[in-house]
Amino acid sequence: MTSELGTTGLIMNEPLLWEKGKKGRSGYSLPRRDVPEAELNADICGDGPDFPDLSEVDVVRHYTRLSQWNFGVDTGMYPLGSCTMKYNPKINEVMAQLDGFSGAHPLLPESLAQGALHLMHDLERYLAEITGMDAVSVQPAAGAHGELAGMLIIHAYHKKKSQHRSKIIVPDTAHGTNPASAALCGYRPVSVKSNEQGILSPDQVAAVMDEDTAGIMITNPNTLGLFEENIQKIADIVHSKGGLVYCDGANMNALMGIVHLGKAGVDVMHLNLHKTFATPHGGGGPGSGPICVRKQLEPFLPVPRIVKNNGQYHLSEDAPDTIGKLHSFFGNFGVMIKAYSYIRSMGPGGLKKASQLAVLNANYIKERLKDDLHLPYDRVCMHECVFSDKHQRGQKVTTLDMVKRLMDYGFHPPTIYFPLVVSGAIMIEPCETESREEIDQLIEAFKSIVAECKLDPEALKNAPTRCKVKRLDETAAARNPCLTG
Amino acid sequence: MRYLPHTPEDISQMLAVLGLDRLDDLFATIPESCRRTEEMDLPEPATEWDLSEQMGAIAGTVAVCPEYKLFLGAGSYDHHIPSSISYLLGRSEFVTSYTPYQPEMSQGTLQAIFEYQTLVSRLLGMEMANASIYDGATALAEAVLMSVRITRKNRIAISSAVHPLYRRVVETYLGPTDYEIVELPVTESGTTDVSSLDRIDGLAGVAIQSPNFFGCIEDLETAAGLTHKGGALFITAFTEPMAYGLLKSPGSQGADIACGEGQSLGIPRSFGGPGLGLFAGKLKYVRNMPGRLVGETVDLDGKRGFVLTLSTREQHIRREKATSNICTNNSLCALAAAMYMASVGGSGLRDLARLNYDKSEYLKSSLKAAGFDIPFAGPHFNEFVVKYPAETYQRLREKKIIAGLPLEPYYPELPAHFLLCATETTRKEEIDNLVKELSS
Repeated sequence: MTSELGTTGLIMNEPLLWEKGKKGRSGYSLPRRDVPEAELNADICGDGPDFPDLSEVDVVRHYTRLSQWNFGVDTGMYPLGSCTMKYNPKINEVMAQLDGFSGAHPLLPESLAQGALHLMHDLERYLAEITGMDAVSVQPAAGAHGELAGMLIIHAYHKKKSQHRSKIIVPDTAHGTNPASAALCGYRPVSVKSNEQGILSPDQVAAVMDEDTAGIMITNPNTLGLFEENIQKIADIVHSKGGLVYCDGANMNALMGIVHLGKAGVDVMHLNLHKTFATPHGGGGPGSGPICVRKQLEPFLPVPRIVKNNGQYHLSEDAPDTIGKLHSFFGNFGVMIKAYSYIRSMGPGGLKKASQLAVLNANYIKERLKDDLHLPYDRVCMHECVFSDKHQRGQKVTTLDMVKRLMDYGFHPPTIYFPLVVSGAIMIEPCETESREEIDQLIEAFKSIVAECKLDPEALKNAPTRCKVKRLDETAAARNPCLTG
Repeated sequence: MRYLPHTPEDISQMLAVLGLDRLDDLFATIPESCRRTEEMDLPEPATEWDLSEQMGAIAGTVAVCPEYKLFLGAGSYDHHIPSSISYLLGRSEFVTSYTPYQPEMSQGTLQAIFEYQTLVSRLLGMEMANASIYDGATALAEAVLMSVRITRKNRIAISSAVHPLYRRVVETYLGPTDYEIVELPVTESGTTDVSSLDRIDGLAGVAIQSPNFFGCIEDLETAAGLTHKGGALFITAFTEPMAYGLLKSPGSQGADIACGEGQSLGIPRSFGGPGLGLFAGKLKYVRNMPGRLVGETVDLDGKRGFVLTLSTREQHIRREKATSNICTNNSLCALAAAMYMASVGGSGLRDLARLNYDKSEYLKSSLKAAGFDIPFAGPHFNEFVVKYPAETYQRLREKKIIAGLPLEPYYPELPAHFLLCATETTRKEEIDNLVKELSS
């Protein structure tokens, strides 16, 4: 315990913005007025917003103090399962701030925006190669937006064949965004259970797949961190009934350079650049969720497409079967720059190595903690492993108590209570950028907590004790919502 | 590779714990037929220094200020961003954290987003705002879907003076459903013709943008009255939130939902993304809102704190019955907008919006004095439509002046019409020079 990471230090209290400041202050350098005041009809004018007036120093201290109440990947290990909280390289941030990128207007004439189009075009090619798909659109702005694009493409594909299918198969281990995205296309999700090995069995898919079913949404590796070994057989079943296979690529970090998803039978998939491709999560975005398809679905991709002719890049709207536009402009270009920069820095060998080490780290944790925490599926896992609180329930300690205590040790908690098929799930995704020493420290922290469960379970109910606040009353927040100050 | 800390000894020792010999053994469960047989065909790794040089060259081919003079808005605006914001926004505690699922370790993000929700509500004159949507177009699409959920009707009226690209995104979102979109025409003064509104049955929502795509300020109050008479929700969209530093807010004119693009609030244009979808509404509709919401609460000691709340609306709980599929939104951009609103302040935003108004008015009056036709009378904010020959656009482009956005691709009935924009960043000399060049 003497060398543990977590400790206490001086952080500052800080009121809400409008509880400080004084009328007449300003934190902004108002540009010089070089034109006369024009006539202005008073009828169209309002009172102006009731914002506090703050000096620049007020603003800088405010946000600096707030930042110190946060924990990020740069602070320490953030093993949040299915979120791929890997290190976010700093050069990528610098690249995104280059004047030609950050200052670019989206409606510039094509010939004056060649660099931006070039970058998006090449990124689409790289992502096609990494997934083993044929064509990509980087327009979707986040993972769920990519899923929506995928569902719209499946819908448009069936419509083109004059078919109206009403259902889609979604395994019980799927992310919640899957059924929600499917519902936006009017599809009714049909659940299939994973088998005793934690994966889908072809028989169960065959039992529900019919000609009123548009396809299947499959996450691979799935949210138990297991590779869906039967994916090709499942794809054959779905294809034989005229359906399509959608792959949620949120967990692509396990597969780069190893699996070819086109060969595996996937027709359409999305990626999360803010997971696999090292762009930061920013406390909840912006992300980017490119949509990748096989050749036969290319006509349905969102427009505009970025095409290259005679060495020049163009924005093409020539796609009569397209699902249409999904974003005001071209998607989150600023995020794409960072992912492009990451892929260029890693190269093909580096990306493959990243996936191998991500899987190594997860298996190492699984092996070293499986005597302390219940491991529902004791098999080789991919980039994440899922434990439960089954062994601790006798001591009246829950997953929530254990992970809140983990904060005191200086780690961000794993994903908890997901996937839903494991009661009290603890889903750990370490990522390849954590060194063995960091991982050993996480393992030791978990072992100490498991020991504490036996010695003093009550103390865990009060964890965390070293954060800015103690456990918060979420029930009260939802019962009487206070959403503005 | 500098991001991968494992030494060969680490790897072999860790494999030994697993009883394995090689890294490939970890992937034994993957069928041979799904695997790659060859290395991925990607460029070999670049050093930090080579990459900087190459990307600098790519970025260098894009036309940006100050080499080019851009009088281009249309949903993406040039405003000064204080250095303090760029600096604060780089703090890695904000940048490298996830969605604040664990509130004890995320109070920084949570308080900042609570403040953002408050400032956005005040700016738009609404009772509440969410933690953000991707951008202006997707915010409008979500607003339309929300109006359908609340009213259980399936027809939407959208002004054809709403940004044409936003309307296309709404069409995409509604594509697979049987919801019907009715376009409201534009009058000769460039504003929405609402005279037919009371003759359209079964409307879930009416969406009008103000300032509209042509920069014209709409009479929202009248439109809201007509909309409410028919039992529909009134949705106001915008691409330029700066306008509400000066103009009457959507809320004060009867908006049920106010949504649009927040890029003007301290976010670089970045070729159109990431931007920021602002989304605000009436409190009585909160359980139908899409997206994340942060709420105030107390901890075990009774101290104030903030949490994500009302998540029973959301996909991770509600799955297919969720109010939206949105998960990751544009949180860091929301933080930038909050920092911007805090820095500029209430008095500052008023002055800044006024300066924006005066700059475009100066451009407009100079063009009028030079004999140009300004087809839509106004009042305008920041942008307006001017008529001049298409050859002139090309001629100015060769002089590195982008004299607005040609409207013909979006409105075929408006050939040789251009949407011109001026903001606080446009200098008087640049405006004078534009007018001179257009006239010559």
